[in-house]
Amino acid sequence: MFYREAGQFKSSYKEDQAVFPILQDRIGIAILLLVAFIGIPLFAGDYFVGAIMTPFLILALAAVGLNILTGYAGQISLGTGAFMAVGAFSAYKLATFSIALGGAEATLPLILTILLAGVVAALVGVMFGIPSLRIKGFYLAVATLAAQFFIEWLLVKVGWFTNYSPSGVITAPPLVVLGYEFHTPAEKYLFTLTFVVVMAMAAKNLVRSHIGRGWMAIRDMDIAAEIIGFRPLQTKLTAFAVSSFFCGVAGALWAFVHLGTVEPEAFGINRSFSILFMVIIGGMGSILGAFIGAAFITLLPIFLNNVPPMIGWNIGVDMVAHLEFMIFGVLIIFFLIVEPHGLARLWTIGKEKLRTWPFPY
Amino acid sequence: MSLKKFVLGAVGAAVLAAPLAAPAPALAEDTLYLPKLVYRTGPFAPGGIPTANGASDYWAMINERDGGVNGARVIYEECEFGYNTDRGVECYERTKTNHGGALIYQPYSTGVTYALTDRTRTDKIPLLTMGYGRSDAGVGTAFPWVFPLMTNYWGQATGIFKYISEQEGGIDAMKDKTIALVYLDIAYGKESIPIFRTMSEKFGFTLKEYPVTFPGLEQKATWLQVRRARPDYIVMWGWGAMNQTAIKEAAGIRFPAEKFIGNWWAGAEQDTVPAGDAAIGYKSATFNVAGKEFPVIQEIVKHVYGKGNGAGEENVGQVLYNRSVVTQTFIHAGILAAQEKFGVKAITSEQLRWGMENIKIDDATAAKMGITGMVPNIAPTCEDHIGGGSFFIQQWDGKKWNLVSEPIEPMNDLVVPAMQETADKYLKEKGLEPATCG
Repeated sequence: MFYREAGQFKSSYKEDQAVFPILQDRIGIAILLLVAFIGIPLFAGDYFVGAIMTPFLILALAAVGLNILTGYAGQISLGTGAFMAVGAFSAYKLATFSIALGGAEATLPLILTILLAGVVAALVGVMFGIPSLRIKGFYLAVATLAAQFFIEWLLVKVGWFTNYSPSGVITAPPLVVLGYEFHTPAEKYLFTLTFVVVMAMAAKNLVRSHIGRGWMAIRDMDIAAEIIGFRPLQTKLTAFAVSSFFCGVAGALWAFVHLGTVEPEAFGINRSFSILFMVIIGGMGSILGAFIGAAFITLLPIFLNNVPPMIGWNIGVDMVAHLEFMIFGVLIIFFLIVEPHGLARLWTIGKEKLRTWPFPY
Repeated sequence: MSLKKFVLGAVGAAVLAAPLAAPAPALAEDTLYLPKLVYRTGPFAPGGIPTANGASDYWAMINERDGGVNGARVIYEECEFGYNTDRGVECYERTKTNHGGALIYQPYSTGVTYALTDRTRTDKIPLLTMGYGRSDAGVGTAFPWVFPLMTNYWGQATGIFKYISEQEGGIDAMKDKTIALVYLDIAYGKESIPIFRTMSEKFGFTLKEYPVTFPGLEQKATWLQVRRARPDYIVMWGWGAMNQTAIKEAAGIRFPAEKFIGNWWAGAEQDTVPAGDAAIGYKSATFNVAGKEFPVIQEIVKHVYGKGNGAGEENVGQVLYNRSVVTQTFIHAGILAAQEKFGVKAITSEQLRWGMENIKIDDATAAKMGITGMVPNIAPTCEDHIGGGSFFIQQWDGKKWNLVSEPIEPMNDLVVPAMQETADKYLKEKGLEPATCG
């Protein structure tokens, strides 16, 4: 009744190719952005903004990055955590290089630091993407697993990466942009949100472009893609580069905005797995899916953990934790059985149903 | 809409809305809110359960026996994070404003300690990391909100070396000796390496470093190397399941157990009992004494377990349980100091920071707290968040831990300058000014 595009005519190619061709979608996105940018920082508490939304957004950004590689270009990667670590540690090195040289404080602008960290992660990603030309599927997953272990080991082993910190821990400089310091949870949240929104829009447009279609062609059948003119080398490596750039920025945000002080274990193999699960559960090949998947993996356990005490059900904290694991596991299996293509697919089906509601034919 | 759908919808909405509902309004009576991040589940639960039970039982005893601290009832609340740093941060944010604001945090996790260092500074809440966390956090001007107390990892490393050299008949006898450092290859395990290297250069012994990959269940390759190197002593920086494996492996290469010394996170019943006979003779550092004979433990047994309450009777008197109890008595002393100074019962976290900086654990206080002989005396100040302190070496006889040394003081001439140096670097990288004292 409400969600119907009847009467919305496109009179130019530009309108026809818009990211959100349907008016209701545009309104929906506008409302979502308004809530995210104004509603949440104004009305939600520090706990919700700082401990739930900020990490969720950063991990969603990493999931978008992995989705580009795995969902769109079909290259399975278990090195997400490592690429995030590269981002975090390069951001730290870039931010402190003037101090290491004897200067007083960080001189490189913060935004530039974070973006350059993404570039470094992209270069490393390309290096570890080279084997993808010869190996596929599970074998590639194992090759990227090597990246995960190697990079984590390197960051721990070589003192230069941590400015010879005794425990291998890096501390991020304050978040200052043009003299304004992002200090409160709400300010940090807005900082993160801006990055995530801009980069998610970029990703959405990228996958609709020539490059993105190349990735999908390679994913669907690499020989056919090669025959119609996509070069496997460039196409696969751009996927690795773009994906690692996203992960690198996410890692830098994790270190600089979320934690402030971070050890390499924060980007261990568990991180790689959890981001891969976000992509699988959220939906391969869907930017929206990355967000839904990140919400499922990060927010649902916290939510489940909060329920028993809130409804006044007093069972020890360990029991709550066990219950959380059980329900979470059951829900994963449930959703995978109900919709093997991920939660984003459920959303699409829901929209289809909505178009004919309340008079389905 | 059918009835079933309506009921399902209503229940669903209620469940969804419940966690978002506003918390109950603050109570009128004076209360002290002590949240505790615990890990009763996950791979480190064997260490997490006794440390959690010690805290839980101690405050239950205080509420039961004294009705709180000076009449202010203690609200002790646990938040389970499973030794997962992300969830630890979430727990911190979840609890920090409850019941009029958290007074102090004690995560018992080095990862969470790092992650909370910045946040507690912003929120002005003390972070008590007794015996773990950043070694340089003892510099109170650089880390005004972090309290390592007692000794840090560097002090502990120098103390263990002192003990070894006493066994060998003096520092000069160490010249041609070899010490193997077996450590868990994460931030915590690496913390002691720089000071061992400094000592190796200064005192002329050979240092061999053997990292053990996290979580340390597979160590065969490491111990083959250790056997080949034939060290005179092995020092271990381990935690969790790594410790018992290492004790068994050391016995496997026939290394004499009494020359194998763990740090104070590698010396609990949870490490030695599973290792069986291999652990007999094994030594470790500790800053608190195990056993049930101390008055404070007896009070817990009487007022908590005697009334059928308590979190876990099998842990009472164990090394980690007693360590957690001792930590709580220090917080208790800090609260008392702050209450006296500021003249209020329900103190704030900023007032507790003053309290923690001004506790004096001397013989009189120790007797009052019921911890005489359980822990060395300390007296921290605003600049010095360690407060002197010393520790013991204990040895496992197959049934219980026995002290085998006098209190050992760290080599502060080595430790303090190293702490100052990295603390200065931290301030510079963070762009922070040192806090002022006085």
